[in-house]
Amino acid sequence: MSAGKIEESRKHLKILSERVNRLSPSGIRKFFDLLASLEGVISLGVGEPDYATPWHISEAAVQSLEKGYTMYTSNSGMPELREETARYLKEKYNIKYEPFVEILITVGVSEALDLAMRAILNPGDEVIMPDPHYVAYDSCVILAGGEPVMVPTSQKSNFEVDAGDIEARITDRTRAILIGYPANPTGAVMSREKLLAIAAVAKRHNLMVVSDEIYARLVYGVEHTCFAGLPGVKENTILLGGFSKAYAMTGWRIGYAVAPKEIIAAMTKIHQYTIMSAPTMAQVAAIEALKTGEADVVEMVEDYNRRRLIIVKGLNEIGMPCFEPKGAFYAFPSIVSTGMKSEEFSEKLLMEEKVAVVPGSAFGECGEGYVRCCYATSLAEIEEALTRMKRFVHKYKK
Amino acid sequence: MLKDILKILEDDARTNTKQIATMTGTPVGEVTKLVKQAEKDRLILKYKTIVNWDRIEDDQVWAIIEVKVTPEPEAGFDSIAGRIAQYGQVRSLYLASGTYDLLLVVMGKSERQVADFVSQNLAHIEGVQGTVTHFVLKRYKMDGEILEGGEGVKRQPVIL
Repeated sequence: MSAGKIEESRKHLKILSERVNRLSPSGIRKFFDLLASLEGVISLGVGEPDYATPWHISEAAVQSLEKGYTMYTSNSGMPELREETARYLKEKYNIKYEPFVEILITVGVSEALDLAMRAILNPGDEVIMPDPHYVAYDSCVILAGGEPVMVPTSQKSNFEVDAGDIEARITDRTRAILIGYPANPTGAVMSREKLLAIAAVAKRHNLMVVSDEIYARLVYGVEHTCFAGLPGVKENTILLGGFSKAYAMTGWRIGYAVAPKEIIAAMTKIHQYTIMSAPTMAQVAAIEALKTGEADVVEMVEDYNRRRLIIVKGLNEIGMPCFEPKGAFYAFPSIVSTGMKSEEFSEKLLMEEKVAVVPGSAFGECGEGYVRCCYATSLAEIEEALTRMKRFVHKYKK
Repeated sequence: MLKDILKILEDDARTNTKQIATMTGTPVGEVTKLVKQAEKDRLILKYKTIVNWDRIEDDQVWAIIEVKVTPEPEAGFDSIAGRIAQYGQVRSLYLASGTYDLLLVVMGKSERQVADFVSQNLAHIEGVQGTVTHFVLKRYKMDGEILEGGEGVKRQPVIL
């Protein structure tokens, strides 16, 4: 960069808030731009289902438009959707929430996470979270004035976060623990025992636990444990959930936060000033999803599972060792055999073999040495990507 | 297990034995055995491809034909249905409730050919009382696959 340009860029930084300037510069922006310029790329980099929303769900939204449901809803979300959400949580996890005071309908879990952080954090408050983690976790904490504190996790422990490691990082400023299992980017799930241990830590130190369970329905051969359903921990929990992954509804932008009423009231205050209400047609679609979408979820999960088994076996066979991810739709193989950093690996793989994966370093320091491969793509593409990655890994094997 | 295998093959007949073995956690040898047996038992009838011929040539004419028949004392509808099913141009054949008995899906190279099938073959079968022929104007969906549209939707190449 020329001296003039550096000066110009500094000027811009002065205009921006300190908080925004603190957000990690998007290092893989260059990678994204590169990807956009190439043709014929097989992308394992997509973090969303490869299904269209089941038609009966879309149809419900279309009909709502035809009937004129085009106005705002209640700030908290349509009463029927909150009731259906309460019923769903009771049926699935046996947790009882009051639909009109303990549930808020949001614009995806993304908004819910932002609201949760802004509702509970004072400047300098610390939030403990696993590393690697979903990219928005530390950013949302910083934007809310807080300090993210990382707990390293590793392949050795299947990327599960350990309660003892969390407790060791608790200080006077610790306000909350932020977890997201099944996990993006690792596909890790947490056993009930390990979650119980975290619940005990939270209670002992009077901390809130923000549990992002957007991938709750995408688990394979294991039962998902809803954190809020653990004994005695409901008062300490802000549960975040949504429709994007389970019902293939990413573009609808609809999710929810469930928590003790004082917290929901605070989150609703922020939500009402910044968002007003989640999109009405998306709320109607979400009601339909909760009422009649169960069979679709089961079918999609069966299909993801088949592809999961193919990609995990394939990655292990081609020299990209991978623990068995039991949730979400990601495999997180190690690239250590190539001796490359994850960004270098991803860029070279893209240029040489036209396969897009996401460098693990995008998800935190502990993601270095890994890449995220999403298997929500066709079987033929998965097989072709494996063939190309095999060639690549063998070429650079140290 | 067999059901899982059949579901996978029904969805994509090109899924190979090794892939099925991985997907179902079954040894390759066992999958091969089960598939062979299913073929023998005619659980698997054939491995076919769904082709959208409408995009390549226009010399295909499809018709849906309702047929009213007099059931036979012993064999009921089965014997007549069995005879009709033998015609190559009959692509599907069902016994249906309602104002007619048999429903045929017929393919020919021209309307003339379909008409000839109705007047010269179908009408001559003993027990056939009457037919109503509906020529297909456009096909929208076949065997669960929508023929046109939808392919323009693309996902973003990378989403974190």
